[in-house]
Amino acid sequence: MNVFYALGEPTRLNIVELLAVEGKLTATQIANKFSVSAAAISQHLKVLKEARLVKMEKNAQQRIYQIDAQTIEEVENSLKKLRELWDDRFEAIDKIIQAQKTK
Amino acid sequence: MSDLKDYEMTTPTDTTIKVTKKFDAPKEMIWKIWTDPELIPQWWGPRKYKTVIDKYDLRVGGEWRFLQTDEEGNEFAFHGVFKEIDEPKKVVQTFVFEPMPDKELTDTLTIEEVDGKTTITTISQFANKEDRDGMIASGMESGQKEGFERTEELIKKLKSGV
Repeated sequence: MNVFYALGEPTRLNIVELLAVEGKLTATQIANKFSVSAAAISQHLKVLKEARLVKMEKNAQQRIYQIDAQTIEEVENSLKKLRELWDDRFEAIDKIIQAQKTK
Repeated sequence: MSDLKDYEMTTPTDTTIKVTKKFDAPKEMIWKIWTDPELIPQWWGPRKYKTVIDKYDLRVGGEWRFLQTDEEGNEFAFHGVFKEIDEPKKVVQTFVFEPMPDKELTDTLTIEEVDGKTTITTISQFANKEDRDGMIASGMESGQKEGFERTEELIKKLKSGV
C-alpha cells in the first residue's frame, strides 16, 4: 500500500495529523473528531494501517492507534533522496557551466 | 547569489513533479549542457553512477537511450522519443525505465533567460497518480522484494527532467 496514496485523501491526512498531536487514540476517539461516519473512519484507519502509517494495538475491546514513526521517517528520507539526487545533478551542471565559461 | 543555488521541487498536480532552477548562464549554454551527448553523462546520473549514451537522435521522432551502471556493476537502461524540439527554449520527450516499460512518462523542459540568468523548468508528466507517487515512494526502503530497482526507479525519475 503506497503511503502517498494513503495520505492523498484529506480525512486520512487529518487522522495522521491528529495522531501526530495526540499520540495514542482509540478508534472511537478518532471518529468523534470527524463528521463522517464511524464506519468511514474505520475504513480510513484500515488503509492507513495497510500503508504502515499507523499502528494498532488492541486493549480489551478498544483499538488504539498511533503513528508508525518509522514509516514517517522513511517518507521523509525518500523525498530527501529525491532532493539529494537533484542536488548532485545541479552541482554537476554548475561545474560544467564554469568549465564552459573558461573556454 | 543564494537564489542561484536554490531550486524548487513541487508536485503541482496529482500526476506531475516539477523542478525549477536558475543558473548563472545564458540559455544557449544550458541548452547545450542538456542536449549535448558529450556533456549529458557528466551530470545526468547520481555522482556515483556511470552514464553512457547508447543512442541520442535529437530530432522530432528521434530516439534516445542511456545506459547506467551502479557501484555494484548493475546495468540498467532508459529510453524515449523526442516529441517536440524548440532550440534553445523547449524540449519534450518520453521517458521509459526499461525494466518497467509500461510506466512511460513525458518530460517537458523549458528554458528561459532573463538578464543573463537562465531558469529551467522540468515537468514530469506521469500517466496517473499511482505512477507519480510510486516514483517518489520508490526511494523508500520497504520490506518488499523489488529491491534495488526501487532506488533506480527513483533515480530514473530524477532524470525525467531531461
